[in-house]
Formats: sequence, C-alpha cells, structure tokens
Amino acid sequence: MDFRDSPEEAAFRSRLRTWLADNNPGLPPSSTDDEYWSRQADWHTALYDAGFFGLSWPERYGGHDLPPVFDVILDEELAAAGAPPRPSLGYLVQGITVHGGDEVKDRFLPGIISGRDRWCQGFSEPDAGSDLASLRTTATRDGDDFVINGHKIWTSYSDVADWCFLLARTEPHVPKHKGLSLLAVPMDQPGIEQRPLRMVNGITSEFGQVLFDSARTPATNMIGQAGEGWRVAMTILDHEREPADLGYVARYAKTVKELEATVRADPSSFRSDQHEAVTWAHVQAEMLRLHVCRRLSERLDGVEHGPGGSVDKLLMTWVEQQVGSAALAVAGPSAAIDADDVALKIYLYSRAQSVMGGTSQIQKNIVATRVLGLPTA
Amino acid sequence: MDTRDAPEQAELRRSARQLARELGPATVADLDDATRAKRLAVAVGDAGWLELRDDDGNGKPVASGVEAAIVADALGGAVADVAFAGPVLAADLARRAGADPTSAAVAGFSPSLVEPAVALGPATTRPLVAIDAAGGGAAYALAPEGQGFGLVQVPLDSRPSESDSGSDLTRSVDVVAPGAPAHEVADRGQVLTSDDLAAWTALGLALTSADLVGVMRGVLDLTVDYARERRQFGAPVGSFQAVQHLLAEARCLMDGSFSVALHASWAVDALEPEEARAAGRVAKAYCARAAKTVCETAIQVHGGIGNTWECLAHVYLRRGLLSSQWFGDDSTQLRALGRERLGVDDGLP
Repeated sequence: MDFRDSPEEAAFRSRLRTWLADNNPGLPPSSTDDEYWSRQADWHTALYDAGFFGLSWPERYGGHDLPPVFDVILDEELAAAGAPPRPSLGYLVQGITVHGGDEVKDRFLPGIISGRDRWCQGFSEPDAGSDLASLRTTATRDGDDFVINGHKIWTSYSDVADWCFLLARTEPHVPKHKGLSLLAVPMDQPGIEQRPLRMVNGITSEFGQVLFDSARTPATNMIGQAGEGWRVAMTILDHEREPADLGYVARYAKTVKELEATVRADPSSFRSDQHEAVTWAHVQAEMLRLHVCRRLSERLDGVEHGPGGSVDKLLMTWVEQQVGSAALAVAGPSAAIDADDVALKIYLYSRAQSVMGGTSQIQKNIVATRVLGLPTA
Repeated sequence: MDTRDAPEQAELRRSARQLARELGPATVADLDDATRAKRLAVAVGDAGWLELRDDDGNGKPVASGVEAAIVADALGGAVADVAFAGPVLAADLARRAGADPTSAAVAGFSPSLVEPAVALGPATTRPLVAIDAAGGGAAYALAPEGQGFGLVQVPLDSRPSESDSGSDLTRSVDVVAPGAPAHEVADRGQVLTSDDLAAWTALGLALTSADLVGVMRGVLDLTVDYARERRQFGAPVGSFQAVQHLLAEARCLMDGSFSVALHASWAVDALEPEEARAAGRVAKAYCARAAKTVCETAIQVHGGIGNTWECLAHVYLRRGLLSSQWFGDDSTQLRALGRERLGVDDGLP
C-alpha cells in the first residue's frame, strides 16, 4: 500500500504543474455562471493538446494508456492550481468502449477524447425521470436510417453539442427494458429543436430540452446491438455516478481552498460554527479524494464497481452539498442580500447533485438491493 | 500510487478478521465467558500483534501503521474483548524514547483522553486514564524535561476504583486518582520531542479510526442479517425502502471511512509527523461522525430488541464511543484543524 507517487507519476505531476502555471484559464470553481460552460470546450482541447487528457484511455483513440491512478494526480493538481476540473466524459467513453463495435469505436472515440466533437446525452424525458425505462422517444427504421421523434430533458451541453448519445425505443411491442437502443444522432439538422432551461442559480447554458421531430441518423450509428440500449445505459450510469470518472474532486477541493483562504485572512471575524463548517468541508473533500485513490487503485485489478458506483455517487453528493453549505455559512448575510453572490450560486447548484445522474433515493435503492443484498418488496 | 494491500497485508487482513470472528463474542452472553476471552488474548499474543510497533533492533517499528491498523480494524469488527491498541501505543512510545517496552503496559491519558498524561514532579497531579491495562502493571506518563518530555511510569495498582468500569464492555478503562507516584523509567534513552509526540498521535488517530471502521462493518453486517430475517407486515423489514435507505446510507459512510482510515494508517510512517497527524485528524473526524450515525442506525433497525442489553448493537455503539473519544472525537479534530489550517486562536493548546 502506497499513496505516494511512483517516479513516473512524480515526473508526470511535475510536468503538469509547470504547464498549469501558464495555462490556467481562471474559470469559476463551480458552474456559477454561463461563462464556465461556454469556455469548457476550450479548456478540454487545451488539456488534450498538452497531453493531459484521456490519460487512462487507449492510445489508439487518442488516450495515453496510463494506469487509472493518473487521473487522481490530474484532479489533485487541477485543484491545487485552482484550475477547472477535467471534462466529465469518462462515462460516455466507457459506454462506447464496452458496448461499441470496432468500427464505431474508431469513428467516435477519437473525437470525444480530443474534444473535437462535443457530445450530449439524451436519456431523461419529461415523463421518464427515475423510471428511465418507461421513456417514449421512438427511433423507427426507415431504409438505411432511423427516424426519431420525442422529447428529452436535462440534456447537459445540448446547445453546443455536435452529437447526442440517444436512448430511444426501437421496438415498441416488447417489455419496456428490452425495446431500447442507443444511437449517436447528429445535432445539426432541421428535425431538432433546442430549448434551454434556466436553473435555480440563474445559469441557462448547462441543461437543455431537446425536441426531436422526425430527426434522422444512419443505422450504422447504433452503439451496441438493437435492444441492448438498457445495458449500455446502465454501463454509462454506473460510471456517470463515479467521482473517479467525473473528476469533481478537483472542483470541491478548489472551493474548499478558497473558503479556507477567506477565513485564514481574518479568522476572528468568523464565528466558531463557520470555522467548523470550513474544516468539515475540508475533511469531506479529503475523504472523496482518498476514496477515489482507492477506487482507481482497485481498477488495477480490473475491478469494475457497477452498483458500487452508487455508493460513490452518494458520497460525492454529500461532499458537494456540504461544501455548498460551507460556502453559504462563510458568506453569511451577503448570500441573502446579493443575488450575484458566488457562494449563493455554489450552494444552489449543489442541490442538483442529489438529482442528476439518478436521484439519491434511486442510489439508495441500488445500494440496498445490489450491494447489501436486501430483499426487494 | 497504489492503495491496494500488498499480498502479506491482504493475508494479515484475512487472518486477523478470521481470528477475531472465531474467538470474539458472538453474543452479549459470550462477554462473560472468561475461557473464550483468555483464548482470544493468547491468540492475539501468539500472533505477535502486540509487538507490531516494538523496536526492530534499528529503532524502526517491526511493522508499519498499516499492519497495526489492519489488526485494529479486524478486532473492532468483532467487538473483540482483548487489549490491543493500548499495549501497541505504549510500545510505540517506548521505542521513540529508546526505553524497555516492558516498563509499562499501556500509555496513560489525560481525563479528556486527547493527550498523554503529564506528571509534574514525583507524583501525578491530575487523574490518569489507562485503557486496555485491565488494572495491571504501570502506565506511561510524560514529565517535562528541557524542550521535550521524559517518560515516567505510574503504577496502576494505586487506582481507587475497580477496573473494567468503563462504558465499553470490550476494553478496560482504569482511572488513577491524582497523587499516584511517577517513577523514572530505567534505561530511558532520550527525551521525546514534539515531532515524536505528533507521530505517536498520528498512530493513535489511525488505530482508533481503524477500530471505528471495524465497528461500522461489524454492526452493519449484524444489522443487515437481522433486516433480512425479521418479518413484519408479512415481509422482511429489510425489503421496506425506509429501512433500506437507512442501511444504504450507513454502508456509504462505512466505505468512505475505510478510505480515509487507510490513508491515515499509511501516513503514520510515510509522512512527516505533522502531516501524518493532520491525516489522522481528517480520518478521525470523518470516522467518529460516521460511526455514531451507523451505530445509531443499527439500533434503530433492530427495533425494540436493539434497545435491550442482549442485542450486540449496543456493544458496538459503546466500543465506538470509546474509540471516538480516545485521541479526541470529531469536534476535537475539527477544532485542531481550525487552528492548524485556518489560524484560529481558540485559546486551546
């Protein structure tokens, strides 16, 4: 057992640190304003071009074939430099890697990893939230294409996406989990309408609604087999729930670092409960960092966590929301007086973490039945 | 970076858990079985676990903090009623002072349980608390000497009250009244520095955190088994979401605690003393809060039976309370982190 860097890891860390000193874009720590999202694409390509993104993914697709623990080093150094987290694309890459054929992988993975192609994920619908498998968007075969009709919601980055990773019903007359397929759909076409959503912290450019009205995609853009969509979606969701794949550790550590600096500048002007909120946020962020170290080390054995991803999602959610609460506690009355207060925006944004990627209630159902082995009612 | 157990660490984890399960108490009534408890103590002694932090002949410990924490975790998981952390911490202190490890059974603590007991002059001036000593031998205390501390020994037979009077039913707590004689330790090598004490505190924080992780794992296993069997409304209570969600939260807290406690145990020997102690504070703050919630959940899910003496759940809760307080609970650690990281001056040392 060793939490220390190997010589290769130390060399990588030092190269990264030097690069970050000159290339930190200085974005806000959370998605507290629209600028954060609009500059994500540039940040992605900058990281990739410098050789610091896609570390554990195959070289064939533009990655670096490094052990998974290099992602923790990336997260730690991004946090230390106050830089934005790495783009959260691990789950899409995992979904395509596990279920896609060689031709599909060659065609899509390099663009996702390099950031040349922007992707969004069309899963949830207005009437299919936690009960995702009841979704009603259809993809109907028409010659060499599928024709898509339906309504997706909570589609992150849909307004800037080139492609949508779409879960749709291809076989209407089979049980609900069996009639779904996964299709890559080009977003720039007349049959697609975008409607942005304004979130509680005021941002308008993260989440969107996407309406499909006879949009088309070639049948060769199917990922996995017809009817395999639910399994692909579960692979993606298991990874979408893992902080190890998301890289959010850097975001929380950056916020905690800023809160600590604020209090340290004049500790006696803050109450003891505010001191405690900040030190507890530090404990929480450290817990998640070390937990990710452990999870990524376990992957060296080829361990994939599956339902264990729900354990990690719940831990990550509690961390984000306690860091958000600490920001609010330190801000005190200014968060109630000033609508543009950054702490207020961090706090409000944190409330979504217990819903996105599957609600905390769904995660607890998964942990109870699939991790603890409790009986279903 | 590779946080996995090395093969011999994995083997120690497996064998320690097996031994603790086989010889630890399976029921509350087993706590009165002196023959079993004696077999457990002999087995722990024969395994060499009490010497893990002894001098290896070159001033280094026989094994790292990781191995010691693996054993602490296993014993906590089975609420094993055997001395472990007390003697190991005493041996670690003796090694740092270059003293004979047999000169005291355990380390003595201040009544807050946060710091080692201090003796000014020839006798103690405050109560001294000895954990894991079972009334025998002597406890170490610190006597100010130059820039550091010299090691002295306080005999435990001068205690005013019976041993085993503590709230933890699995480990003994002796309280020695002020005025007990403080003898010099023969052949003591050197004065303990603040670095020595920081590193020793890091070990204490790592061992108590690991014990809490074991407590959480053990009580959660007990409770999940019960929730599968206990039936109400014609179904196992573990099939109801209200119960499932409590247990799922407890499972997450246990998993996160394991990650921080693992790091703290590695930090003991791998990081500089103050960094190792800071890692221990993070682990202890997280594990102490988590263990309280997990043990309370266990009692709740057991229902009425969980509130009876016969249910093992309170044995875990009681052990958790002592492990939380020993070297300081979550509030104590957060205040210390406030001083160390934020520059807060709360008037405490």
